[in-house]
Amino acid sequence: MGIDLSQFHQVFFEESYEGLDVMESALLNLQPDTVDSETINEIFRAAHSIKGGSGTFGFTDVAEFTHVIETLLDEIRGGTRNITSEIVDLFLQAVDCIRKLIQQHDAGEPREIPEAVELKKIFEAILSGNVSGDESVSSPEQASSVSESDVQGEDGSSGHGWKIYFKPELDILRTGNDPLRMFRELESLGSLRITADVSQVPLIGSIDPEACYMAWELELDADVSKSAVDEVFEWVVDESELRIEPLSSDDAALETRSETTPDTEIEDKESEIKMELEPTPSTPASVSKPTETVPNSKKDPSKVEVSSIRVGIDKVDDLINMVGELVITQSMLGELGLDFTMENLPRLLEGIEQLSQNTRELQESVMRIRMLPISFTFSRFPRLVHDLSRTMNKKIELKLTGEQTELDKTVMEKIGDPLVHLVRNSLDHGIEMPEDRVQAGKPETGTITLNAFHQSGNIVIQIIDDGAGLNKAKILEKAIEKGLVSENDNLSDDQVHDLIFKPGFSTADQVSDISGRGVGMDVVRRNINELNGSVEVESTEGQGSVFTIRLPLTLAILDGQLIRVGEYVYILPLISIVESIQSFQGMLHRVVGGCDLLRLRNEYVPIIKLSSIFNIKSTAQDMDDGLLVVVEGDNMKVAILIDDLEAQQQVVIKSLEENYKRVDGVSGATILGNGTVSLILDIPGLIKLAGVQRYEYKVVNSGDDCAA
Amino acid sequence: MVDNKIDDSSIARINEEIEDVVAHDPSEQYLTFYIEDEIYGVDILSVQEIRGWEPATEIPNAPEYIKGVINLRGTVVPITDLRCRFGIKQFEYSGVTVVIIVKVQSGKSEKTVGIVVDAVSDVSNFNRSDIHPAPELSENINTAFVKGLGSAENKMVILLDINKLMNASDEADLSRVSQAISA
Repeated sequence: MGIDLSQFHQVFFEESYEGLDVMESALLNLQPDTVDSETINEIFRAAHSIKGGSGTFGFTDVAEFTHVIETLLDEIRGGTRNITSEIVDLFLQAVDCIRKLIQQHDAGEPREIPEAVELKKIFEAILSGNVSGDESVSSPEQASSVSESDVQGEDGSSGHGWKIYFKPELDILRTGNDPLRMFRELESLGSLRITADVSQVPLIGSIDPEACYMAWELELDADVSKSAVDEVFEWVVDESELRIEPLSSDDAALETRSETTPDTEIEDKESEIKMELEPTPSTPASVSKPTETVPNSKKDPSKVEVSSIRVGIDKVDDLINMVGELVITQSMLGELGLDFTMENLPRLLEGIEQLSQNTRELQESVMRIRMLPISFTFSRFPRLVHDLSRTMNKKIELKLTGEQTELDKTVMEKIGDPLVHLVRNSLDHGIEMPEDRVQAGKPETGTITLNAFHQSGNIVIQIIDDGAGLNKAKILEKAIEKGLVSENDNLSDDQVHDLIFKPGFSTADQVSDISGRGVGMDVVRRNINELNGSVEVESTEGQGSVFTIRLPLTLAILDGQLIRVGEYVYILPLISIVESIQSFQGMLHRVVGGCDLLRLRNEYVPIIKLSSIFNIKSTAQDMDDGLLVVVEGDNMKVAILIDDLEAQQQVVIKSLEENYKRVDGVSGATILGNGTVSLILDIPGLIKLAGVQRYEYKVVNSGDDCAA
Repeated sequence: MVDNKIDDSSIARINEEIEDVVAHDPSEQYLTFYIEDEIYGVDILSVQEIRGWEPATEIPNAPEYIKGVINLRGTVVPITDLRCRFGIKQFEYSGVTVVIIVKVQSGKSEKTVGIVVDAVSDVSNFNRSDIHPAPELSENINTAFVKGLGSAENKMVILLDINKLMNASDEADLSRVSQAISA
């Protein structure tokens, strides 16, 4: 059959990632030593479909690896093995391995992963330990008959070949399975002798042409593992009578093999298992790795990013309805336009009104399609907290609330890393060791809460911990040492806390000497600012901290304020505007050699002249003719001198980088109603471009009278 | 002076020819155009369409030859003035000034950019053997973006490697190139 399977690869990868997520969260829910059959089944099903799919698509490394895991799972499911926390950990590592394997296939460059090979050995050792653990000496046949399922226990190689009896059910052909294809696949493993059993074929008159009446005996001369043979019959095993036995001449050899293994090899293997298990808790880096490598590999430039989202059929139906309405409106307007007289003007206006309503609704629905619940991002944290709390010997409970809060997929993809950073920070520096907590009169188990909710067109994500809080004195000490603030500065608590987001506040070597936070927090802030969002911290010493991230619901649309300088129209994000001031004579302070300042109540705000940093002509002859817009960006206020404010409108953000490149002070472009392009200003970029120093003008002694 | 009386119908005709060529024979065909008195050519396969000049939105602090960005059916496309890029004195844009929209490979992505030329000329076939390599010039003149020299109607055509040309850094001084080659 000439079907190109590669067209289904992407679907398989996505399903596998989902399956892995399911496995992971189910594993974390699993209570050691009690077998919750539903959870085990869930894990088993996910593993099984990954195995099945990877087998079909020829990703044998994934299939083989998953097969071993599945076998162990099956034993747990069948009750022949207890689940221990070690096994759960092993499974979690296995999930990471499978994910890596699949990612490599996804990226189109499969490589052997050493961890996978080792892990597979461990699993195999556990499995064979089980086989030998049975009282009686077990031959492979017995082992496989333990489980009734489609998965066979023994994964050994026969050394010489396999004898297969295959009698499919009558309607096997109708389910799309072709025995011929399977035989060809077997043949690819080694030389194959086939004897067909046609005794069941009825007289020609009563033959149903779509039924399969035949049975086959096959002898495969190949040194392959049984799982390889199993794999061929994977899809039909439930619909056929299938016996796979080693070729009879090898029976004796096999028996001696299984007799010798228990005493000698298993012991070695068991010590190997322990060795593999022990290092894990003592090396935090290796545990935290998986969660970090996942997002990294996504950024790999060599990988073509083909992403897709699953959309509920109701959302699509909504869209279709709306497009239907749009078509009706369009034809109505078209008809009107063919033969237009002034009497029809009210109808035209009505039609245009309808059109704008259709457009708005359509826009909203399309946006909704891109919206996903934040649980997609939150779901990775139970694992992270589980692993990290273990390595740090802390007791931590993770609470997730507001998981159903929806946000744009692109925002979600980009917020993942900063969130991981913040949660790790809370775990690492926020929550104290259990004994310290008890001493401080707090419950031994610390709590980290991830909370998400909508607030006035933004999504707010909070990371709340009940740990030690920020150590104000130490932060200040460090900041003064680094020259970020001077000793005389009279900073409020919030301003001190905010210092942790300053670039250069902390480098890796300070992690150990400062108990406060600040590892790469400037990067976190920068990433969030890039999404037009903000991050703040509130903290009470001894009681914990709250990190609050505010993000726009979508990156595609922005509420903009059109501004004009000379003949140029730019757009300021409405969210960044604090106020605008028309008559500011008397509030100006000219600084020689620096930029002019605006005295705004009790602070000095640097003034940025758009016309001079953009080298454009302004119509305003003098500063007083202009208008000052006070905006906030990068955590500082600046006043931008413009000629005039124009309309406010929602703008669709277009990338400048797509066809051009990054432009300093500009975050993107949009297309205005008249079809021309207008540039969206980037406040932090403008501040940088104007060379305004931060904190330089920040504080005015409160003793000064405010100039009005 | 160049005959740059190009009206909408001739643009339409050339657009048609482009489509025809893309559909049938993707070999060495170039869209030729005028800048000053020189004829230049770009690989027809990189040409997306030809448009009349329309005012562009200026980009702050961009090099002088970047005339700004325009709205091309919803995408924002930067416009480079080749005359200006080659350091030739600029003249006023008029209704006959033409923008050639080309697709350029930049790293792994494909960018759509517009180039302003004085006038488009024709779609010409060049046999491989008829294309001569660009002459070696003194070191301080960058000829990397000249693919070769051909001739059409007894005039020399400078065939441009549009990918290299559009990816050349802003600092690269491309002035004097045309004089140097045609000298």
